[in-house]
Amino acid sequence: MTQVVVTGLGIISPAGRGLDDAWNGVLSGRTGAAVDPKLTEMGTPVTLACRVPDFDPDAELGRGSSRRLDRFTHLACIAAREALHHAGLTDGDEETIVHADPDRVGVMIGSGIGGAETWASEYPNYLEKGPKRTSPMFVPKMLSNTAAGTIAIRSHARGPNMTVNTACAAGASAIHLGRDMIRSGAADVFIAGGVEAGITGLSVSAFAQMGALTKNPDPATASRPFDVDRDGFVIGEAAGIVVLESAEHAAARGATRYATVAGAGASADAFHATAPPDDGGGAVLAIRRAVEDSGLALGDIGHLNAHGTSTPLNDAAESKALRTVFGAYTDGIVVTSTKGVTGHTLGAAGAIESIFAIQALRHGLIPPTANLVNQDPEIDLDVVSGEAREVHLQAVLSTSMGFGGQNAALVFLPA
Amino acid sequence: MSDDLLGTFKAILSEEFGVPEDDITKDATFEALGLDSLDVVELTLVLEEKTGVKLEDEELEDVRSVGDAIAKVEEKQG
Repeated sequence: MTQVVVTGLGIISPAGRGLDDAWNGVLSGRTGAAVDPKLTEMGTPVTLACRVPDFDPDAELGRGSSRRLDRFTHLACIAAREALHHAGLTDGDEETIVHADPDRVGVMIGSGIGGAETWASEYPNYLEKGPKRTSPMFVPKMLSNTAAGTIAIRSHARGPNMTVNTACAAGASAIHLGRDMIRSGAADVFIAGGVEAGITGLSVSAFAQMGALTKNPDPATASRPFDVDRDGFVIGEAAGIVVLESAEHAAARGATRYATVAGAGASADAFHATAPPDDGGGAVLAIRRAVEDSGLALGDIGHLNAHGTSTPLNDAAESKALRTVFGAYTDGIVVTSTKGVTGHTLGAAGAIESIFAIQALRHGLIPPTANLVNQDPEIDLDVVSGEAREVHLQAVLSTSMGFGGQNAALVFLPA
Repeated sequence: MSDDLLGTFKAILSEEFGVPEDDITKDATFEALGLDSLDVVELTLVLEEKTGVKLEDEELEDVRSVGDAIAKVEEKQG
């Protein structure tokens, strides 16, 4: 079986901009949540959000390009550019792939919503001004596959180009599928990851109506995974992109390897549109499949970057799922949820958390779960709080659960 | 041909479409300025907001340059 390695990492998130900045951000345990001026202006029932700080798409991508693209594509392009540069596939600030055959580079991007801001701004425009005043850019900006398509346009990657949607597991699913596409021989390299920029009045109102968002108005304590006082997530935006490559291809060009994608598992709860079964149902299957796929023993997994959204249901079910799979070995798994810092970045979450899990593996350092003060007694896990913890790690796990009951789990090994 | 309209086009094309202002002359084609057919339709929507004149799809068929568009707007303004 072809071994697939990670040779580039790119991230733009509420924890920070760029790999080092974002990693330091989650290590610090400082939450990225803040009262959002736009949401306040719109009078949404919840006004906290985790935005990417200081992001000006016009300055980053040029006005001519940025105006044609939705914010989720802006974020994806920035993360992809970093990942390609980190992988040594591009030169300087250029985005064109010059150190691999671009025809053998694919793109697999996960997004839960796609162009949410475009929908939110264009539909009122259509209602107010009429059909003849509708923007011709609406369709290309809004389509959820535009991020993947635009990454190809900018990098000239002409391999298979696809978008996957498993809602909040989409970023992890993209890495899973990208790996499998390389194994199938369809490409040597995949630009894979997840993106979301869905902080709109409409989506925040709807998530609030579902009871999914925290009612805690204090940014400093609102996103608190595994805490007994958690009551919902804080919505976030981000993009996380990795460069996946066959080990053979990476070796031939002398690329630095940051991790191996050792195992991937996917499953469905087949239970409910938004709630997980109490016992973690489908998550158990996804985690078990990922570990089995890796060929590792249960005791080899030393760290979990959990889905840990800070909702009462998710965190409890995830804890049960982990114990069901790992039994007594659960006690040897050091757990964190970086969502205390980043909030829930939906379709990006599985990708940025894979990046944080890979960073933990590389540095032997596990970020704390921000804002975790009183661990819920029902969460029977060794969760890092307060300070980052040094742990020598053999293998790490990242889990993601999407609405629709779609679950993903990834296992990474050192390269 | 109105210099005011050229100024309007310069303002829209530079601010909204990121085209360098020095490139925007009456002879410059939209293609040369980096605008595709979708951009040109979008341009007509912004233009309508600024001038009150809406160029319809069929009127755009033989519009290639900034000068062509200005002539059409002037024609409609009567």
